Amino acid sequence: MTSFLLNGSAVSPVSPEDTPLLWVVRDELGLKGTKFGCGIGECGACTVHVNGRAQRSCITPVGAVAGASITTIEGLDPAGQHPLQRAWIAAQAPQCGYCQSGQIMQAATLLNDFPDPSPEDISAVMAGNLCRCMAYLRIRAAILMAAPHLRQASINE
Amino acid sequence: MFRIASIFAGLIAVGLSVFFWLAWYPAIGIIPVPAANSFSANLVEQGAALAGAGDCAVCHTAASGKPYAGGYGLATPFGIIYSPNITPDAQTGIGGWSETAFDRAMHLGISRDGTQLYPAFPYDHFTKISPPDLHALYAYLMTRQPVSATAPQNTLPFPFDIRYLQAGWKLLYFHAGAYQAVPSESATWNRGAYLATGLGHCGGCHTPRNALGAEEASQTYAGAAVDSWTAPALTAANPSPLPWTQADIFSYLRTGASARHGAAAGPMSAVIHTGLAQLPDSDLGAMAVYFAAHNGSATAKASAPHAATEAGDQQLMDTDAHLYANACASCHYSGNQAPRAIRPDLALVSALWLPDPSNFILTVLRGAGMQDGIPGVMMPGFGGAMSDDEIVRLANYLRRTRTNLPPWPDLSQKVAALRGAGNHS
Repeated sequence: MTSFLLNGSAVSPVSPEDTPLLWVVRDELGLKGTKFGCGIGECGACTVHVNGRAQRSCITPVGAVAGASITTIEGLDPAGQHPLQRAWIAAQAPQCGYCQSGQIMQAATLLNDFPDPSPEDISAVMAGNLCRCMAYLRIRAAILMAAPHLRQASINE
Repeated sequence: MFRIASIFAGLIAVGLSVFFWLAWYPAIGIIPVPAANSFSANLVEQGAALAGAGDCAVCHTAASGKPYAGGYGLATPFGIIYSPNITPDAQTGIGGWSETAFDRAMHLGISRDGTQLYPAFPYDHFTKISPPDLHALYAYLMTRQPVSATAPQNTLPFPFDIRYLQAGWKLLYFHAGAYQAVPSESATWNRGAYLATGLGHCGGCHTPRNALGAEEASQTYAGAAVDSWTAPALTAANPSPLPWTQADIFSYLRTGASARHGAAAGPMSAVIHTGLAQLPDSDLGAMAVYFAAHNGSATAKASAPHAATEAGDQQLMDTDAHLYANACASCHYSGNQAPRAIRPDLALVSALWLPDPSNFILTVLRGAGMQDGIPGVMMPGFGGAMSDDEIVRLANYLRRTRTNLPPWPDLSQKVAALRGAGNHS
């Protein structure tokens, strides 16, 4: 049994410690917003936050996050109104939508580390998040749309 | 003929007698376990910090075992040596050890019952510990929770299993005696040297050993292999592109990571987070002064940081660049920003510049846990995600684009061997 915080609530799933965090979150704890893509950390669909930073949950054994704070797309903002989520809607970023929760979780870490990202910064940090609908241009536009709101929010803190 | 033979026999007998006289130590009588309240709280607290400096818990605690109850298997080239129980349990620990017996073990490598201890227990360093520090360490260990536990038998083959022979090793390589201050150096430097060469026993991992397992005096801190990992050189020979300055060393020892060099991994993680964490800033600062003086970083010129071809990572046709861009860049890209420990820049991390690829490969295979490097920050292992061939390509790609060093030789064999290696960290 591994204990950690999931979107702020204490959980103690019973899956064996080598179970990928992705399956624990989806199948045992029932949060389906995090997606399975490649299973080898190469596509980004399973991205969640571990202690506030983007991680690929498909190659992270649940035992490795004992005591950590995990945030999934469901917990990024209690009302689904995170600046990235609002920008995503405004830019109409998703097409099929499958990769989008991973894209948003990765973009949150991008804007945390690069509050005013250059095109190169976006390309490099988001390169591991694949979108088979090729919605990259709209994803990029949404990130740039959200950036000033997040900068403002961090000033207000 | 008979006379010559008897002279030889006589000489051998005299030689053996001298040897046994050297090797023989009396047992020191068992005492009733000292009451915990016979030691002042202040003394125990000092001892706790010193036990941290010596990292006693790491080797004297088995995986998922009770603290200090022993049973940790140290894989040496001669066989596995299991650490003994050093909790104050009367039967299986050191509860019956007087302070005289404890001091003799620490300073001379002789157990309470008079037997020789193996230098896997670094008494060749601990001999430098001052009497007041030993007194505090004794108080600390004697006030731990007693645990009844007996370590497994060592797996040393003949003749290494004959403890008496250790006296010969001592004749060759052991110099007993307290730390001698170097008058030409500052008090801070001397404090750092006292901690590093004595209790801290840094050379235990960072100095290469000879065929009989003794540290090569002429190669102090030249770097060595330990538990599949590389303990890098702490001298000017360290290949990091930016010199390890006093500030870098302090930051690394205090936090587990240096923005200009990367994060601690492997056996060093516990040294920092369970051991050195018990020491005040002043002591880590002193060690930083000592090691910065040792590696000459004050006068070293940074090799021009290699122009990392971040742009090259985006190239469409380079499948090796794709491996890096997909699997690594989301965390390791640092763009035009100053280096940040939280986003380790692979053009700067030591692992990529070391002569041996083990640290790089092990980190890719196993990742870094929250107990490594920066506490609470992790990297997933790619052992289940990448094939040996992909890890080889990634290593070659990064070595080619992030350093100006030649490619690592024998990468394929190394990756295969390390994938199979047990996890001793």
